[in-house]
Amino acid sequence: MDLINFEATELRLGLPGSKDDQTETKAIPSPVNNKRSSPEMDSSVSDENDSSRSPPPTKAQVVGWPPVRSYRKNIIQAKKTETIYIKVSMDGAPYLRKVDLKLYTSYEELMKGLQGMFKCNIGLYSEKEGYKSEFAPTYEDKDGDWMLVGDVPFDMFLTSCKRLRIMKSCEVIES
Amino acid sequence: MTSSFPEEVLEHVFSFITSHKDRNVVSLVCKSWYEIERWCRRRVFIGNCYAVSPEIMIRRFPEVRAVELKGKPHFADFNLVPEGWGGYFYPWIVEMAKAYPLLEEIKLKRMVVSDEGLEMIGRSFRCFKVLILSSCEGFSTDGLAAIAANCRNLRELDLRESEVEDLSGHWLSHFPDACTSLESLNMSCLSSEVSLSALQRLVARSPKLKTLRLNRAVPLEKLSTLLLRAPQLVEMGTGAYSADIHSDVYSSLAAAFSKCKELKSLSGFWDVDPYYLPVFYSVCSRLTFLNLSYATIQSPDVSKIISQCPNLQRLWVLDYIEDSGLNTLSLSCKDLRELRVFPSDPFIADANVSLTEQGLVAVSEGCPKLQSVLYFCRQMSNSALITIANNRPNLTCFRLCILEPRAPDYLTFEPLDTGFGAIVDQCKGLQRLSLSGLLTDRVFEYIGKHAKKLEMLSIAFAGDSDLGLHHVLSGCDSLRKLEIRDCPFGDKALLANVSKLETMRSLWMSSCAVSLGACKLLSRKMPRLNVEVIDEQGDLDSRPDNCAVEKLYIYRTVAGPRLDTPSFIQTMGQNTAYRLP
Repeated sequence: MDLINFEATELRLGLPGSKDDQTETKAIPSPVNNKRSSPEMDSSVSDENDSSRSPPPTKAQVVGWPPVRSYRKNIIQAKKTETIYIKVSMDGAPYLRKVDLKLYTSYEELMKGLQGMFKCNIGLYSEKEGYKSEFAPTYEDKDGDWMLVGDVPFDMFLTSCKRLRIMKSCEVIES
Repeated sequence: MTSSFPEEVLEHVFSFITSHKDRNVVSLVCKSWYEIERWCRRRVFIGNCYAVSPEIMIRRFPEVRAVELKGKPHFADFNLVPEGWGGYFYPWIVEMAKAYPLLEEIKLKRMVVSDEGLEMIGRSFRCFKVLILSSCEGFSTDGLAAIAANCRNLRELDLRESEVEDLSGHWLSHFPDACTSLESLNMSCLSSEVSLSALQRLVARSPKLKTLRLNRAVPLEKLSTLLLRAPQLVEMGTGAYSADIHSDVYSSLAAAFSKCKELKSLSGFWDVDPYYLPVFYSVCSRLTFLNLSYATIQSPDVSKIISQCPNLQRLWVLDYIEDSGLNTLSLSCKDLRELRVFPSDPFIADANVSLTEQGLVAVSEGCPKLQSVLYFCRQMSNSALITIANNRPNLTCFRLCILEPRAPDYLTFEPLDTGFGAIVDQCKGLQRLSLSGLLTDRVFEYIGKHAKKLEMLSIAFAGDSDLGLHHVLSGCDSLRKLEIRDCPFGDKALLANVSKLETMRSLWMSSCAVSLGACKLLSRKMPRLNVEVIDEQGDLDSRPDNCAVEKLYIYRTVAGPRLDTPSFIQTMGQNTAYRLP
């Protein structure tokens, strides 16, 4: 049995499959570019061939890898476009409301939305003086602390805000 | 050996033998036993629909009541098998409709089923009871309407993971008012809304209903009314698991769940709002199967649930469970037999969750009955695999998917050969294995040497040379299904093990190094194998023999080459002039 030969079992440095002069046929054309059965394949696949030694910043998608059924992939993608509903309370209001933070791209838009919902005027934010109105919007962050809305960039606020409370200014403790 | 028993006695004895393997063995004892057995066989299992033809099945087994067929290769689940490959149900139903008027059960997996086929089922079998379509496609809700309307004694309709052309939810309303026999309904793969009042009425008039798996479109607010009509349910799948926060909805759900004293299995949980999770806590102590693999809830919520399920045997979950949740699992669920952890975001480069090999090690330590594992993760080490193997020599199914192809041991940067070697060495009863990570020919040497009970092996991006494949083909005595992608395996191993291929159900190889010439040679040497070359570039006839084939599917058959191959598949050894255009 000439398969049990030295060449096949010798120790070598280098990635497996990188030497292919043993067989006449071409070694793996990887990844496979299969037009018909690769709806998920994106153009970044060609990058994997060029930079095969260094890990790519985003994963190049190989057909059928990882082996996850397509209906499972859809569930996960659906999660990404999900809404972020949080509770909003306003001091003096009889009940709470819920707002979808995903609808807003900036603090101005969010304030407009809240002002419309609660029929109040919150006013403009200033770093030194907070809000020049009888209301101050605050939020509870991931650590459970109550923070004034507006100090951090809006994207950061979106990920850390768990609920909103529009406080009456007289209750706000000046630092 | 002449039997001194009259036929009826032997038939009666055979009626207690239900396993397919055992019945096959019985039929080989002698000619009279073969004859008696074939007339009283009621259930037939065909693992590859092209291994045999409907005519052959009917000729041998004239009195069948239940047929199970499988079509496409397993890698079709991951889009590696091109559209139009085959696996058509229609030729089977046409013959069965004529030959088996008393047929009661049809179970299909990865087959192409048409509405015409479903209509034929409805028309042809007056005793029809069970239809299970697992990962099938090609039919629409119109076909389902035909089943609902015409199968008067339908007991089970299970569409698990099939791809259905969802025209509307109206099909459900086709169940006649007189139909009260339903015991199991799984419509979780459908997307359309069904009429909730029709669903409620159906549930209310089905006193034997044990399994109800709803689809995502059934709103959570309506779940309690359904549960109240079916407190005898054993298996239940919710629809979307979120609603506007309303204490009334909460309390009616909690009350409805608390009345379900037989509930052992829960699934569904799309779009989970954690607010509503506690409503089913009252059933947790009885749960044996929990499928949270669509639930995008974080680890603390998962842990809270799991810690209340001491009788849990099977858990399917997303990697949001993290190592901490798996630790909770290892402490709380001592009866666990099966764990499946799916990736929440497989396509990003860095881990989005804190799930590592440690979670699996913890479960292997804490759960003494753990037999079956499917685990997606981003890092693995030989030491972890060795620990798992030593902890759990009773593993029968081990499928590990490290997301990055060819990822080495993250601690030592070595291949994972010794880790997987320990698995096959320790787990003497291992029947199914999926490999991943950086692997050389050495791992296949271990597999060939130790994995004597291995029946199914999946290999991707592994090995160095033909020697790897040779170890597997020559060493794995029980091997039935082998599927390989992107490995440097070529002609030598295949041609050195031709007779092995006839002892197996099938071999799939894609993006490997097998030449067209070797395929032709193999087909000439082994006439009872179909050697199918899949090549979508279209000019196979003009290629030289030394060019590598894209994809290869080899299977044993007594039905000869199939007649329904599409243009991009060629069965080797067949005169191309006879192929359909």
